[in-house]
Amino acid sequence: MPLDEDKDTLKKLFVKVNGQKIERYVNPRMLMIDFLRHELKLTGTHAGCEHGVCGACTILFNNVSARSCLMFAIQAQGADIRTVEGLSPADGQLSDLQQALSRHHALQCGFCTPGMLVTLIEHLNDYAQPTEASIREAISGHLCRCTGYNNIINAALEVSLARQNEKTS
Amino acid sequence: MKPSQFRYYDPKSIDEALDVLATHDNVRPLAGGQSLIPMMNFRLIAPEHVLDLSFIPELAQINIDKKITIGSMVRQRDLEFHHQIKKLCPIIIEALQHVGHRQTRNRGTIGGSLCHLDPASELPAIMMLLDAELHSRRKNQAPIIRPMSEFAEGVFTHAMQPDELLTQIECEMWPREHGYSWLEFARRHGDFAIAGVGVMLTIDPAQTINRCAIVISGLAAVPQRLHMAENKCLGQIANEDMVPSLIDEIDDIDVIDNPSAPSHYRQHIAKTLLKRAMMIAYERAQNLAHKNKK
Repeated sequence: MPLDEDKDTLKKLFVKVNGQKIERYVNPRMLMIDFLRHELKLTGTHAGCEHGVCGACTILFNNVSARSCLMFAIQAQGADIRTVEGLSPADGQLSDLQQALSRHHALQCGFCTPGMLVTLIEHLNDYAQPTEASIREAISGHLCRCTGYNNIINAALEVSLARQNEKTS
Repeated sequence: MKPSQFRYYDPKSIDEALDVLATHDNVRPLAGGQSLIPMMNFRLIAPEHVLDLSFIPELAQINIDKKITIGSMVRQRDLEFHHQIKKLCPIIIEALQHVGHRQTRNRGTIGGSLCHLDPASELPAIMMLLDAELHSRRKNQAPIIRPMSEFAEGVFTHAMQPDELLTQIECEMWPREHGYSWLEFARRHGDFAIAGVGVMLTIDPAQTINRCAIVISGLAAVPQRLHMAENKCLGQIANEDMVPSLIDEIDDIDVIDNPSAPSHYRQHIAKTLLKRAMMIAYERAQNLAHKNKK
């Protein structure tokens, strides 16, 4: 017998998104990317290939990067999620990384940028002294089809150096 | 590109999970989902029941004692950043660098990759190399233990029953002074490899090899150990004369053939990688022996 989606499968989800506690009934088959974009109207995270290849939908899931197209929303039970909407310190401001990307002309169409940003945030957290090669490796899970990767790497290196200098001074 | 409907279960213990497996047909255990969910998104598979294993803490443990015991739900990231594993069994970490990308390793699990059994994937080959034993369970039955060579039956096919659940993987520990190397070739970093080679070896004070394990992935349906070549190494010094004599066994493998990577090409790549990996592993073993002397 086919499932009655609402009656048979609906599950309650408790999740924190960009610091805000959220309670919603979801269908288990709803992907996290669709939950963010269609339910929460957080359209900053982009849906690209929807099978884990392009990296556009990457979010921070409990502080590590993850593909939101390769995850059901219901799997985020109790998790802490951050998307591009939650990266700036306050409305109208940009984080140091966002500013650096802008300065270095590291985005044109911006489609890959929300994903690139969260991977770079994670990488700068994981490694105290990231190198050009390590950043290149980290963002190899993201496709950029217009800007090219070099400016993105330069921006990330600049932020990393600035943070290191801040720590030592 | 949306998965079809299913019922979702999020058990908190192994026993609860085994209950679901025993009472329903067409259940898919969901580990990290980095291969399963793309297949569901494309509707290549449409399970009626999805059993999410993410909430079972018992499955996510790493224990290091006389053996290395890895829970089936240990994320690839957790092994990659594990300090003890880095010292005790660094080949796991070297191979993990090639598994997907940073973002998929954060979610992807060890057990998920071993059950998926893509012929080109790294973890099944590493577990074959380490002679790992895979522990699984069925409801109300004693745990089942299979060596990796029996667990991997064919392309995308493991030996478990539909109501069976992989719980942990046990690997024997090699002596600290072992040499190792994992090499693979893919057209782009992070892609499925055309061929991969893993080598582990130890040497005695006379610099001759006294133990050796070699595995090849990407060529056959499941990773292949090269037992003849392993034996040939014993009592030998790895050098440019000896190493080429090891590659003949690769001709005996029944190799996957497709237009983008024909079988002769895969074999050619595997031979080149084996020669390189052998030398790297040998040099690493020598360096460690040298360090210990000082």
